[in-house]
Amino acid sequence: MSATMTATAPAAGLASALEIRGLVKEYVAGKPVLRGVDLAVPAEGITAIIGPSGTGKSTLIRCINRLVEPTRGSIKLHGEELTGLSGRGLRLARRRIGMVFQEYNLVERLSVMENVLSGRLGYVPLWRAWLRKYPQADIDRAFMLLDAVGLPEHATRRADALSGGQRQRVGIARALMQRPDILLADEPTSSLDPRTAVEVLELLTRLTAAEGVPVIINIHNVDLAKRYARRIVGMSGGSVIFDGPPEELETHHLRAIYGGEDWM
Amino acid sequence: MSATLTPPAGRRVAFAPNWPMRIALLLLAAYTIWACTRLGLTWDRVLHGLGEGGKLLARMVPPNFERWSLLLEGLLESLQIAVLASAIGILLSLPLGLLAARNLSPWFIAGPVRAVIAVCRSLHYVIVAILFVKAIGFGALAGTAALVVASIGFIAKLFAEAIEEISMKQVEAIRATGASAMKVIAYAVLPQVASRFIGFCLYQLDSNLRNSTLVGIVGAGGIGGTLFAAFKRFDYDFVAAILLAIIALIFLAEIISGRVRAALR
Repeated sequence: MSATMTATAPAAGLASALEIRGLVKEYVAGKPVLRGVDLAVPAEGITAIIGPSGTGKSTLIRCINRLVEPTRGSIKLHGEELTGLSGRGLRLARRRIGMVFQEYNLVERLSVMENVLSGRLGYVPLWRAWLRKYPQADIDRAFMLLDAVGLPEHATRRADALSGGQRQRVGIARALMQRPDILLADEPTSSLDPRTAVEVLELLTRLTAAEGVPVIINIHNVDLAKRYARRIVGMSGGSVIFDGPPEELETHHLRAIYGGEDWM
Repeated sequence: MSATLTPPAGRRVAFAPNWPMRIALLLLAAYTIWACTRLGLTWDRVLHGLGEGGKLLARMVPPNFERWSLLLEGLLESLQIAVLASAIGILLSLPLGLLAARNLSPWFIAGPVRAVIAVCRSLHYVIVAILFVKAIGFGALAGTAALVVASIGFIAKLFAEAIEEISMKQVEAIRATGASAMKVIAYAVLPQVASRFIGFCLYQLDSNLRNSTLVGIVGAGGIGGTLFAAFKRFDYDFVAAILLAIIALIFLAEIISGRVRAALR
């Protein structure tokens, strides 16, 4: 893996939504999981992060909304530094960042509607949240999103009554409910069967394009990444070793990212 | 890599003999026999006891419901003690349980709160009732206070443990929306523990009802006082009436709470 990678500069001409500089994360001091990641995410389209398990893809995504605390480095969302935030400032930043999880992470015992509306928790006052008295505009948007993800009849069902694909659709609706500036997707299709995975990615692509929300997605499936992403970021050993459009991702890049070639 | 399965050469044992368990069971049996002889639990003593029991039973039949107003008054007071103690205990247990859950609250808060809960649990409620009778005087207030303490010890502890078992993934997802701590509690924590929490509360209400019949014996209000007085005056037929009434009340409570639990599932 000594080969230096040649990759084109990230999508020229578009302003970056997110800029990551020198990001380091050490869960244990002296053993960095992320070794100085630099990444600029364009203001639209899907950016896919690929790489072997344990290489810090998830950590990278979770550093952005601070579910994981970065050790060093800078993360700027539309120019606003996210790494130093705490308390109210952090909550205000988080509500602008939607997230879709591998295992959906819906609140199982709440209804689909409550799960979707929970995307507004960063916006509504506490009493409205506790009493479920959301503004009508939010309720209208929640129904609109449920229609858009193809679950118009499921608003009152409990989340644990849904199938995996349906749950991830609710997850997407919840994230978009935030009207986010950026959407993070951490292995959103890894728990789904191949067909459902494609359907969910299709939906994610279509809805985020319609809303103009850029997406960063961690994904294991290289073929799906090349099919849906506008840009591919290849990570290995906690560093970015490829960054460019899908057409430029070639066999020798994949060999460098994943190591070996028996699997190809 | 063709593997052939060959039958085993000798006889092999699927389960190892558990000698420590066998020895422990033998020792337990030996100790039981020894303890019986030490305490004078002979067959003659049992027969004698049965005879005395028969006489007592004979004096209890038929139960005497003549003083029903006294009975009802005591029973209602017990019921009030139980309901009030449960309500206050539950209200106090909610925040205490949340603060004591080690996955949500920092150790320097969880630690002391757990200690408070442990103190509530450590003393038997009758002892607590005696303490309250001495401190604030005879009557229902002392009984209620004692059962509030008992309720906290039980519900807050179990509630905290239930919270420690919740899925943090759901909590993480709600946190990621920018929700504050109170909103995370409302949307990610309580939904996961609500049905269990209500289960604990119903169970505690049941057991407070039972316990409230006893605190009267130490002067802390309720039917227990009436029962104790009847015992002292050898009014065994009235004792029987009180016992039947208590059993009926507990049965009724069991049936109702069973229905509620089933409805919540």
